[in-house]
Amino acid sequence: MADLVAHGAGHDLAATHSPDLKHHFDNMTQQFDAANLGMWVFLATEVLFFGGLFASYTVYRALYLPGFEIGSRLLDVRFGATNTAVLICSSLTMVLAIRAAQTGQRKAQVVLLLLTMILGAAFLGIKFTFEWRNDYLEHLVPGVNFIDRPEWGANAPHVQMFFIFYFIMTSIHALHMIIGIGLLSVLTWMAARGRFTPDYFTPLEVSGLYWHFVDIVWIFLFPLLYLIGGRYGVGGGH
Amino acid sequence: MSTAVTEIPQDSRVHYLNVSYGVKSWLLTVDHKRIALLYLASITFMFLVGGVAAVLMRIHLIEPAGALVQPETYNKLFSAHGIIMVFFFLVPSIPATLGNFLVPLMIGAKDLAFPKLNLLSWYIYVVGALFTLYAVISGGVDTGWTFYTPYSSTYSHSAVIPVAIGVFITGFSSILTGLNFIVTIHKMRAPGLTWFRLPLFIWTMYATSVIFILGTPVLAITIFLLGVERLFHVGIFDPALGGDPLLFQHLFWFYSHPAVYIMILPGMGVVSELIAAFSRKRIYGYSMVAYSSFAIAIISFLVWGHHMFVTGQSIYAGLIFSVLSFLVAIPSAIKVFNWTATLYKGSISYEAPMLYALGFIGLFTMGGLTGLFLASLATDVHLSGTYFIVAHFHYIMVGGAVMAYMGGLHYWWPKITGRMYPDMWARVAAVIIFVGFNLTFFPQFMLGYLGMPRRYAVYPPEFQVFNVMSSAGASILGIGYLIPLVYFIWSMRYGPLAPANPWGAKGLEWTVPSPPPTENFEETPIVTEEAYDYAPIPEGQHG
Repeated sequence: MADLVAHGAGHDLAATHSPDLKHHFDNMTQQFDAANLGMWVFLATEVLFFGGLFASYTVYRALYLPGFEIGSRLLDVRFGATNTAVLICSSLTMVLAIRAAQTGQRKAQVVLLLLTMILGAAFLGIKFTFEWRNDYLEHLVPGVNFIDRPEWGANAPHVQMFFIFYFIMTSIHALHMIIGIGLLSVLTWMAARGRFTPDYFTPLEVSGLYWHFVDIVWIFLFPLLYLIGGRYGVGGGH
Repeated sequence: MSTAVTEIPQDSRVHYLNVSYGVKSWLLTVDHKRIALLYLASITFMFLVGGVAAVLMRIHLIEPAGALVQPETYNKLFSAHGIIMVFFFLVPSIPATLGNFLVPLMIGAKDLAFPKLNLLSWYIYVVGALFTLYAVISGGVDTGWTFYTPYSSTYSHSAVIPVAIGVFITGFSSILTGLNFIVTIHKMRAPGLTWFRLPLFIWTMYATSVIFILGTPVLAITIFLLGVERLFHVGIFDPALGGDPLLFQHLFWFYSHPAVYIMILPGMGVVSELIAAFSRKRIYGYSMVAYSSFAIAIISFLVWGHHMFVTGQSIYAGLIFSVLSFLVAIPSAIKVFNWTATLYKGSISYEAPMLYALGFIGLFTMGGLTGLFLASLATDVHLSGTYFIVAHFHYIMVGGAVMAYMGGLHYWWPKITGRMYPDMWARVAAVIIFVGFNLTFFPQFMLGYLGMPRRYAVYPPEFQVFNVMSSAGASILGIGYLIPLVYFIWSMRYGPLAPANPWGAKGLEWTVPSPPPTENFEETPIVTEEAYDYAPIPEGQHG
């Protein structure tokens, strides 16, 4: 079978018979490329999944601008901004963890992965225990305890619609974060056992892609929900 | 029936079917060939369930006042038929069975890129199917397969949520299959197998996979929003709650129109293989046929608005969607013309798969041309919501996709099972299906043109003649489908052993034994020739 791998793209990884090479791949390069492409294709799916939500939000925001602006102003931008910073830092620690694998530093991998998990958990903590709790206390959760306020007037149904989308979008994003933290805990365990080497870090790499994608979704959600039109946008006016 | 079998033919070679036995060896397999068979069994079961619903509908419609069931039950029958046939049979049909089996074999790979993901996608399919079957048994759903809001989200008293969950879950199975195919086709082709040496079936699998991964997630989020509206009574699509029902239709058809091409593109791939093999010629204009698959996949995402000409969509949007819909006719016509050009001066033989392929070309052409009536704004106002639409999409989906699926099953059956099916019965069944299909659905064009609306349990007496014709055709069609079911099962045990290449066909899948070994290829093949490199052969070498 050894002669079969000779046609592979790379000479460096191709020649080695790593125990991590699955039987149906010819060499490690092919296996790595396949996993990487697979994650990119999956992220394309995710873009369209969130895309349906973003499109719906945009359509309704265009139709019901005043109501959506009132809704946007009811969010606390300090929480959103803090969480944005937290997530960007978590992306940095994720990248550094992959770099640590590439340079063969096992301990650094574990520490950086743990940091990434902690930052992810901090995001969720701020989201659930501060933001959503406040929204609940202010009766802003549609389908649960939403109460119209007299000052909204005829815009009240549209304020509610803003919060429907706010909760759907942030919940689906939070679900992705939770899945990401689950992935990271497995990766941390694998890293602690020394599963990742400079020659084999595919799971780290593709999970990193996923983690960055989830961050980028938030980078779009933050201005869309908290910033535009509400406080600082052209339609704000207050 | 000359094959009076006294001795069961035995095969002593080790291959993927006899390498291990027992339920566990199948339920935990990661072999793409076994997973293809798991899918084959599951979707055949769903096809039978959906078929029973269709039979009951056609029996009911023999009488103008309805012969069999209450109107409420009729609503649940056509909904069950549509949901099961679209999401649980047609969408996975060719990709999940023939595609799963053939993609690695055709490109010279040992397996798909992600074998465990492949098994997972089958389990996801099964869970989704069970949810839907549970809903059908526990009272049914009456929204039609389109789940239009606000009826589905607010007013329907049927089991919308379980069905929605079932469709939502099954979508992930499609996504994972598409992802697996794309990566496999990109990264695992044998040395020398360049893109323009690939069999056209692979091109269509790739184009279909692109629609899988880009369309299906939009359906998922749409169904999710529908579920939120129904469970929490908050306004997303229901105008009474401040939502917009047209937005639901836009999102729904953004997936569901491309989904039509998920169903027909693989059929086009199968037919390209069959036409080349049984004309013993290279497909005429190979690269144009390959590109046209992509053109169809891309344009399919830009035409969804033609489902909404009469729903209050802006007239200018309607005009643009009408023009774009006409554009789909171009790549479709390229394929039809190139298939017929391939037949020209070919050494044609009328094996059963070829009968299906020829049937496909005729029926798909009719389905496609009647689609142009519906893409025209003015005629669509008259034909929208009538049996003309029902006939049109059944010509595409049954006359097109199912005919190709049946042709492909026959063509690759010797490779899949290592056994030949009874040839005479197969040809008879192909003719019965063709006749039964046309008798079922051609009268529906007439009914629709005369103004009979779809989805009604009763109709005026003057429509009875066409309805009885249609029901008679459906019974013939049903028999036509049962015959292959019987002889396929029979052949798995009693069929004569198949040689590696019973058709004298080109393609890597015919270079390995039938059935293939688990690893497919003992040595990775090196490809030095183009696809369909047929030389005319002397008579009588195959068959």
